[in-house]
Amino acid sequence: MKISMTLNGDNQLLDVDGDTPLLWVLRDELKLTGTKFGCGKAQCGACTVHVDGLARRSCVTPVKLVDGSTVTTIEGADSAQAKAVTKAWNALDVPQCGFCQSGQIMAAANLLTLNPDPSDQDIDDGMGGNLCRCATYVRVRQAIKDAAKELRG
Amino acid sequence: MKSFIPNASKKETIKTTIFQPNRRQFIKGSLGLVVALYLPFGNKGNAQQNADKQIMPNAFVRIAPDNTVTVLIKHLEMGQGAFTGLATLVAEELEADWSQMRAEHAPVITALYKNFAFGIQGVGGSTGLANSYEQMRKAGAGMKAMLVAAAAKKWDAPESDIEVKKGVISHKGTANTATFGELAQAASALDPPKDVTLKPTAEFTLIGTNLPKLDTQAKASGEAVFTQDIYVDNMRYAAIAHSPLFGGSVKSFNADKTKALKGVIDVVQVPSGVVVIAESTYVALRGRDELDIQWDNAKAETRSTQQIMAEYLKQAQEPGIVAHEHGDIATAIESAEQTFTVEYEFPYLAHTPMETLDGVIRVNKDNTVDAWMGSQLQTVDQGTIAGVLGVKPEQVNLMTQLGGGSFGRRAQPDSGFAAELAQIVKTQPKGTAVKLIWSRENDVKGGRYRPLTVHKIIGSLDKDGNISAWQQTIATQSIMAGSPFAEAIKNGIDPTSIEGASDLPYNLASRQTSLHTMTNPVPILWWRSVGHTHTGYTVETMLDFLLQKANKEPLAGRLALLPEKARERAVLQAVAKMAEKSGPTAKGSARGLAVHKSFGTYVAQIAEVTKNKEGLPKVTNVWCAVDCGIAVNPNIVRAQIEGGIGFGLGAILQEELTLSNTGHVEQSNFDTYKPLRIYDMPAVEIEIVITDNPPTGVGEPGVPPLGPAVANAWRRLTGQMVTRLPFSKSINNTMAEV
Repeated sequence: MKISMTLNGDNQLLDVDGDTPLLWVLRDELKLTGTKFGCGKAQCGACTVHVDGLARRSCVTPVKLVDGSTVTTIEGADSAQAKAVTKAWNALDVPQCGFCQSGQIMAAANLLTLNPDPSDQDIDDGMGGNLCRCATYVRVRQAIKDAAKELRG
Repeated sequence: MKSFIPNASKKETIKTTIFQPNRRQFIKGSLGLVVALYLPFGNKGNAQQNADKQIMPNAFVRIAPDNTVTVLIKHLEMGQGAFTGLATLVAEELEADWSQMRAEHAPVITALYKNFAFGIQGVGGSTGLANSYEQMRKAGAGMKAMLVAAAAKKWDAPESDIEVKKGVISHKGTANTATFGELAQAASALDPPKDVTLKPTAEFTLIGTNLPKLDTQAKASGEAVFTQDIYVDNMRYAAIAHSPLFGGSVKSFNADKTKALKGVIDVVQVPSGVVVIAESTYVALRGRDELDIQWDNAKAETRSTQQIMAEYLKQAQEPGIVAHEHGDIATAIESAEQTFTVEYEFPYLAHTPMETLDGVIRVNKDNTVDAWMGSQLQTVDQGTIAGVLGVKPEQVNLMTQLGGGSFGRRAQPDSGFAAELAQIVKTQPKGTAVKLIWSRENDVKGGRYRPLTVHKIIGSLDKDGNISAWQQTIATQSIMAGSPFAEAIKNGIDPTSIEGASDLPYNLASRQTSLHTMTNPVPILWWRSVGHTHTGYTVETMLDFLLQKANKEPLAGRLALLPEKARERAVLQAVAKMAEKSGPTAKGSARGLAVHKSFGTYVAQIAEVTKNKEGLPKVTNVWCAVDCGIAVNPNIVRAQIEGGIGFGLGAILQEELTLSNTGHVEQSNFDTYKPLRIYDMPAVEIEIVITDNPPTGVGEPGVPPLGPAVANAWRRLTGQMVTRLPFSKSINNTMAEV
């Protein structure tokens, strides 16, 4: 089917099987490889993107559901929240293997969009769906707090 | 394109050349013509580790006209910090400015890039930094000497008047200065030094500092390229169905439904299963799920993990092959005032790196082979691919990619994944690349687990409360058997089965450690900290228990049993101070202590634990003291220890891999196999105990003490000694007193 979406700020027209998960359209079709495959069933968060401004697991989102939507991947994440989160991530050297980190950053940016001043509990709740097997969690927590502080000015 | 992103570009604009690094040469790189300065390899392919003989620097450093210095990293970067750590060693001796440093994976040339600990190209056992410490410093020092010589020649000055500092070469007494890039070409025409002098520790300016990591920016922007991100021309996508039972094989299959799907190109059988080849990953995975396969289970393991555990427990009732013995253990037990017997049960554990096993291989028309993989044992994978495809190893251009986690999983002694993919590629036309990505279900159900293990310990106290006897019997599968490292097995003892138990540090009057090596078809593998994952737990929980029974304090009791020179002492004392300084234990919580040496690094931890709503342990804080010799990058040491604590905590809380009563793996994805999530991560404080011992690894040593520290806190909080793991399974499994 024909799909039209705004992807990272540009119009994107596609002709694909509408049941294809958004993840594989981003990766195999469009070569936007920052979004990762980790589990295929919304259990790990490595595939997190923003659809119409909200975090979404692209591995379980059929591409037909985003027809007409605005989709942002790590490559196009330039909101104030995403920038602040990325800056904090760099300052604290959060990534280890790095594989889940795009998803972590997209989830963290979404968390700060919804909640500019998250408590520890809010961070645990908001980031609980994003697995990091390297367990970079101590720094994820701190980076989100640092980003929130910077955004509040 | 960032130069630290490995060789394959997404559109394959760069064809990596297998180069001959024994000579100076020019390499065509993404930045145009790059002057490559290679220092010849001293003892042609004959590695030497003797500190007194100089290992001449070799193909590790490249200086470009734009003044960037690229270090070729011989070990897989999988999150442990190899890129930054090894580049730091070069930069220190080269007197480079950190901002000019880059890192990328070295090609696979075993003679040049072998790990001195193994003799092959590969990394594991937390050896990455330790075995590179002199080699990379010498590479940097040799390069500096050549730049100095080039400057001396250019400015017609004695070499002793040339200074190098922070990436700038200058001539004392004149205004002459040059960058590395400006002198690289001139230097490449000179003979490399026969000998180099390394800086004394006291003069280090980069080693020991928190330099920012070289790969952070790429990994925090989605730009970093992993194997999963490799897309080359004419590429097909594969998905595989494996036998649901270990040891099973394909009897027959029907692929009619699969072949009816649009985008399916082929369905083929390989020794390890049935493979769908398609035009996209999604179609390959869908097609895989439509396959109707009959399996031959004649040789398969059909027992449950419960049955396997029962067999191990039975075996562990009597001692096995003795690995260590001193004192008269039988008499000591007989004459003891009190004797306690504890049986421990450890489950199979999966590594579940966030990036599942994956790879891309292409046989070119000229019979050379291109392979992209996050390979941890490159020599083995290269050789295996060559063997399957009928070419010579040097015809396989294995391009090491960033590993999306490993924890041991990408170090495959049988090259299982590489062999599987090569078998698949063999069925496809020459010139076609095939990309295989394991689904998470392939990964969780695919074996290569931390071995299921049983320990039985009989511990005795004499009338004065001293530990008079310690008899420890272990039943587990051998990890080394059948691997390229099998020669490490001596007298029937696989050292990875008993490490951390047979060599426990305490002075005990009589002690015996013995081993039963069990066999079954469930494939196993080293899992972050290997044997220490279970030996650390048993030794430190049993010792803590015996100390409590003898009315001794955890810290003082341990110190009294440790030799004067034991490096455990300093980390124990440091961690006790850290916890004390943070204030009293919270109400409703308890603290537990553990110390364990692994891979040459000493780690002591104190965990503060309370009970959560479900009645399970909630670890609120962990204090940790580490002695890893010289900490090349303390920030990375901390990161690795933080990660090790999270990895170890997940394992003891909820992780286990079980087989049903038909032998089927009962877990399949992260909904049933449950690594630690952020809400279970404690606050962590780490102190690095400064010593000037040579650096030892930090990738694994953070894991072993965490389990026993938590278990000891839990026992002191609740009276329950958890001996059957994970905690979630058997929180009420209290020990029986004899």
